[in-house]
Amino acid sequence: MVTIPHPTLPEFDYIRPKTLAEASYFLAEHGPEARAFSGGTDVFVRMRDGALPPKFLVDVKNLDGMRDLRFDPLSGLIIGAAVSMNAVISAPEVQAHYPLLAEACRSVASYQLRTRATIAGNICNASPAGDSIGACLALDASLCIHGTAGARRETLAGFFLGPGKTRLQPGDIVTAVCLPPPPPGCAGVYLKLGRNRLSDLSIVGLAALGSPNSDCPSGYRFRIVLASVAPVPLVAGRAEAYLAEHPATPDAFRQAAQLAYEECAPIDDVRSSARYRKLMVRNLTESALSQVWQALHP
Amino acid sequence: MAMHTINLTVNGSRESLVVPSNMTLMRMLRETLALTGTKNGCSAGECGACTVLFNGEPVNSCMVLAVECDEAEIVTVEGLAHDQQLDPLQDAIIQAGGVQCGFCTPGILISARALLNRNPNPSEEEIKEALVGNLCRCTGYVRIIKSIQEAARMAAAAS
Repeated sequence: MVTIPHPTLPEFDYIRPKTLAEASYFLAEHGPEARAFSGGTDVFVRMRDGALPPKFLVDVKNLDGMRDLRFDPLSGLIIGAAVSMNAVISAPEVQAHYPLLAEACRSVASYQLRTRATIAGNICNASPAGDSIGACLALDASLCIHGTAGARRETLAGFFLGPGKTRLQPGDIVTAVCLPPPPPGCAGVYLKLGRNRLSDLSIVGLAALGSPNSDCPSGYRFRIVLASVAPVPLVAGRAEAYLAEHPATPDAFRQAAQLAYEECAPIDDVRSSARYRKLMVRNLTESALSQVWQALHP
Repeated sequence: MAMHTINLTVNGSRESLVVPSNMTLMRMLRETLALTGTKNGCSAGECGACTVLFNGEPVNSCMVLAVECDEAEIVTVEGLAHDQQLDPLQDAIIQAGGVQCGFCTPGILISARALLNRNPNPSEEEIKEALVGNLCRCTGYVRIIKSIQEAARMAAAAS
């Protein structure tokens, strides 16, 4: 008889702590040998490929508050770290107030993958390609984090240090992603260029959000966040600043797209060349800005 | 490696199992419970051949740990038929010729069942989107999509 064993996960011990304090303590005690997980959609693949050999996988999805999703018009949206992307996409509060986030999540992999995938996991995995991260940055997200010293809050801006690297310290667990109320009158779009129309990782991803803003000389504030074109999810700060100063016209959008082109620093990889990525950043930025502008002025 | 006792429901029957930490739901179904309808294609959450319902929602069973299924309700392709009657989707995919080698079929049926449960009257675009995570290398999807449309029509006519 011939047995063909299925490729399997390497050996590890599965840990299910009962409280956040217990989880943080365990993760801090075991440092790089332990890894927190929720849906596992990134962690399992990397373990199977041998890229990640933790001795302990710590299941944090059943801890207090991890599955909450709450919206308040004054304080905004709280998405528990274990809320699946499908639950986020179908939540009426998200569809009504944060359609950009739903659109970005819908571009991730497949429906059955999104039953397990989470936004907090996407953020902690810290891939420059993370599709939901750009929308979170554009919407000024912050993270609720539980560590050995207790709970704290950090802005998502500045959280990413490099591919797979974040500000999280041993023992830290992201417990929720928090979005302030959306800018009044805003409109957004997520453009994803992949090797096929759906399900693939991005060659370039682009989250753009625009809103009327009297603090900006141009009268509008635009946010532009790029995926897969830098070591971290990239806020196109120069393009954003240009549009805050200059009235929104086709020429201004073209100029902002040129700035985004200059700001990004992609690499060649299996999905695309760096040169193609840069060119697509320019084209997609211009296209996204005019789409957002049209959505702002229906 | 740590072993865990889990209690769960699979296709309506209660199971009590002892599983190692690194066992996936897919391996538990195929190698412990001998439910080989669930197929292993890629072991990486890409191909959808191992799709099963976990508490009513489709998941890639290669991307779920068996130990996470404690107190869960799992439905595999073997659990779609009831009282000797195939699920209307199964009838439709046979009628439409939506099966060739059959390897993707169990996952397709589960994804399609989940789709019709949440949206009894999906558009062609919605069907395509629901099947993004189910790769078929034989039929090219046309007959698969037709069979899902037909099953939706049959269900609407029967209600």
